[in-house]
Amino acid sequence: MSVATDPPLQRLGRFLTDNPMIPLIAFLLLLVVALEVMRPGIVTPFRAGRDGILSTFWIGNLIKFAIPLAMLAACQVLTMLTAGIDLSAGIIATCAAFLCATLAGSIGTAPAVLVALACGVTTGLVNGFGVGIVRVHPLIMTLGTGLIATGCLQVYQRLVINAGTEIPTFLTWLGTGRTLGMPNGLYVFIPFAIFIIWLMRATGFGRLLFALGSNENAARLSGVRAWQVYLALYALSGLIAALAGLLYLGMIRQTSLSLANPLLLPSVAAAVIGGTSIFGGRGSYAGAIIGALILRVLDTMLTLLQMPEGARIALFGLIILAVTALYARLTGAR
Amino acid sequence: MSFARKHAWVIGLALLLVALLVVTRVIQPSFGAQGLESLARAALPFAFATAGMAIVVIVGGIDLSVASMMAVCAVTAAVLMERMAGVPALFIVLLVGAVMGAINGALIVLTKVPDIVVTLAMLFVWEGAALLILSTPGGATADWLEASIRGFFVFSWLPKAFLIITVVTLLIWAPLGRTQLGLSIYAVGSDERAAFRSGVSVGATKVAAYGLCGLFCAFGGLSLAALTGIGEPVPGPYLLASVAAVVLGGVVLGGGKGGLLGPIIAVVILRLIRTILTLLAVDPNVTTIVEGVIMVGVVMLGTALTLRRSR
Repeated sequence: MSVATDPPLQRLGRFLTDNPMIPLIAFLLLLVVALEVMRPGIVTPFRAGRDGILSTFWIGNLIKFAIPLAMLAACQVLTMLTAGIDLSAGIIATCAAFLCATLAGSIGTAPAVLVALACGVTTGLVNGFGVGIVRVHPLIMTLGTGLIATGCLQVYQRLVINAGTEIPTFLTWLGTGRTLGMPNGLYVFIPFAIFIIWLMRATGFGRLLFALGSNENAARLSGVRAWQVYLALYALSGLIAALAGLLYLGMIRQTSLSLANPLLLPSVAAAVIGGTSIFGGRGSYAGAIIGALILRVLDTMLTLLQMPEGARIALFGLIILAVTALYARLTGAR
Repeated sequence: MSFARKHAWVIGLALLLVALLVVTRVIQPSFGAQGLESLARAALPFAFATAGMAIVVIVGGIDLSVASMMAVCAVTAAVLMERMAGVPALFIVLLVGAVMGAINGALIVLTKVPDIVVTLAMLFVWEGAALLILSTPGGATADWLEASIRGFFVFSWLPKAFLIITVVTLLIWAPLGRTQLGLSIYAVGSDERAAFRSGVSVGATKVAAYGLCGLFCAFGGLSLAALTGIGEPVPGPYLLASVAAVVLGGVVLGGGKGGLLGPIIAVVILRLIRTILTLLAVDPNVTTIVEGVIMVGVVMLGTALTLRRSR
């Protein structure tokens, strides 16, 4: 079958399969253009009679709120590579934020942050133990640890109910401050994203994740000690979730028992929109970052439309479905 | 012997349930018919959500949108029953549930996107739909709906709610086991490709299974409306609880194995544990931890046992 005789749609599909980032970025730009049409001047201030071709304020805000989502999406991408999923990520982030805010006043910022991160790693290790050693389905295991963590958080909250909370100034600076027009969080996120992409593409650990996700039996027969990989993977995922929670705490500057929980399902959506297969073996973190940005632009757009809340939520779901369906159809992958 | 081996998990669950009932009786000697009645009523929406989830898990999928569909059905029931006669409204709600489920299934079959992703997106869609129907809790349900789940039936020890769970599940599930559809659901769940090659219409089976799940969610929504007397548009905690009960009930994630009896016993067990902990005056927050530990622990034990047997 020669290339020339293929129908153009199929050729396009093959091109997009080879370059999955192109349609995603195109879609993101399309959404930004649509947003600009809806509310002239929001992205390009000069059309509204102000200075500047691109609004750094708007872009900064978009990036700022996409960062925690993109970090939680990293948990999903990494675990999905091995055909898993981490549904405890949102609760781990909430726990880390709550621990940090309640402990910072009494034991100092650095120890509080360490405790928060340790909480993430511990929960991750429990997940890893269940998935890797006892071989429980990741969906069930992470749902279960999430449930346990929620209960522990509620009990803990009643112990510290009078202690008051203090949000470390460093986290507030990171979450709300800006340097060179961009949110400070971005300067933490860029090295983080580079690290994740490097981890996935250039390290042995990354290759083990792809190998386990593509064919676990083959990987085992090739001498991969699967349980060690799972243990490390879920511990890493817990650590990332805790980091995301700390960053989100600085951004929202409030503690609550469900702080980062609403980010969980969107983080799965961001990973899936970004082309990560839920069946393992295929995924890209760069795609997930674009996916997180797409979700945030969509959110802004639906808010601007001033629809009733119900219509907004429903449309959000439909768009996620449409994007993933279109993407699956174009690239021919599942 | 083979019967015992085949249903070992369900028999074990039933024994556990009896043991827990005895424990409850020991802790609280006054726990009797009334306690049983309130237990059954509280378990009602959970049982229907679990039955629906069990069917889609048996067909090899998962439906993350059960709680949202229940919310849609609850508000539809509350809005309709305020304006029209109760019985036609009841059937409209059941139809709405089945249609929503079938839409989920059809989207999974048509788009070829993984079921977990489709139902994740539909979770938002149905949640939004519920808010569009009723933006704040409101509406009203027919009086007989509430009366139908409250109290006892004929015998003074048989709560109506238990009877409803049993009758509805039997009416929907028992005839199914004798039809081609029932067989197809298990066939598709255990090996989709083999089922396809044996001439099973995989797409239609999946749509039917998701439609049945929607129907059970409609019953769940109706029981929610009956319990509260109004329609509540915000989805409750039924997703987590139903997945937990399905797994506890011996249905294998991935499909092809299990039934509806095990998961429904598991729902009652989980509710009963909550009752016992409340009777022991345990902090309700600790109860959440205990539930999580039980869920994880039982699944770990179950997985370890099946792994050992298969080796």
